[in-house]
Amino acid sequence: MARIGVVVFPGSNCEYDALAAMQDLGADASFVWHTETSLEGFDGVILPGGFAHGDYLRPGALARFSPIMDAVTAFANDGGAVLGICNGFQVLTEAGLVPGALQKNRGLTFLCQPTTLIVESTNSVLTRGATKGQALNVPINHFSGSYTCDDETYAALEANGQIVLRYQENPNGSRGNIAGVSNLAGNVVGLMPHPERAMSTLLGSADGRVLLGSFVGALANV
Amino acid sequence: MTHYVIVDVTLRDGIADPEGATIERALPALGFTGVSNVKAAKSFRMDVEADSAEAALAKATQLAERLLSNPVIENAVARLGN
Repeated sequence: MARIGVVVFPGSNCEYDALAAMQDLGADASFVWHTETSLEGFDGVILPGGFAHGDYLRPGALARFSPIMDAVTAFANDGGAVLGICNGFQVLTEAGLVPGALQKNRGLTFLCQPTTLIVESTNSVLTRGATKGQALNVPINHFSGSYTCDDETYAALEANGQIVLRYQENPNGSRGNIAGVSNLAGNVVGLMPHPERAMSTLLGSADGRVLLGSFVGALANV
Repeated sequence: MTHYVIVDVTLRDGIADPEGATIERALPALGFTGVSNVKAAKSFRMDVEADSAEAALAKATQLAERLLSNPVIENAVARLGN
């Protein structure tokens, strides 16, 4: 059984959704408070959504210096599976674990709506179980979700297959409609949409199961 | 000795600035014409303990690059205030 740690920062607010999603998918999931310094015993780590440290300065800017982040970085560099959702994605970019940055949405409005995502690459822990070109209905819920990077980085992302998910229709001004990216090896993934809120057709969509099922499945053999 | 330092954090050239653009679009409605190139930026003020003004600036520059700015999208410049 895959053991998943869900990191909780002061201001995280999607940690219970992430925990429930992991448990629903058969994983052994538990919370890890941000002042802890070890991830020993975990096969995968999730940085959940919310407003870590109040999003002061920039989203993720202070969370990046939380004590647990040294362990997350070491875990990621060791090939461990790390998933950053929404605010967690912002933390990953601030920590330099995935390329780019997330800016305020193009229209300067908070966006909370369903989106259609297109799977661009299956070379990541989040999309291993998906099909290239597959359309997934997953909601977004953010103010700073506009993915930004320079030309050189964008070219490298495309060439290396690090663009994991794109929006079918660009909601926030993200460069290249990017909704999620991975590191070069594909073991660290960040995305703005919330797959943990798309776990049941009763609540609008179960397409998040394709992504999170992939994440858990990738760890099942560890 | 304590030095008063101001750090300005601005978006790098070519990085979209929706906040500045929105402010600029609002100006004509208030009767302000002939204003262009509006950019939103952040400014930080601090007292820095250091032996010299140069050392205070160096310290502020270091902390600005590490924490106050995200080098992927922003530039940070430290200067002495009055």
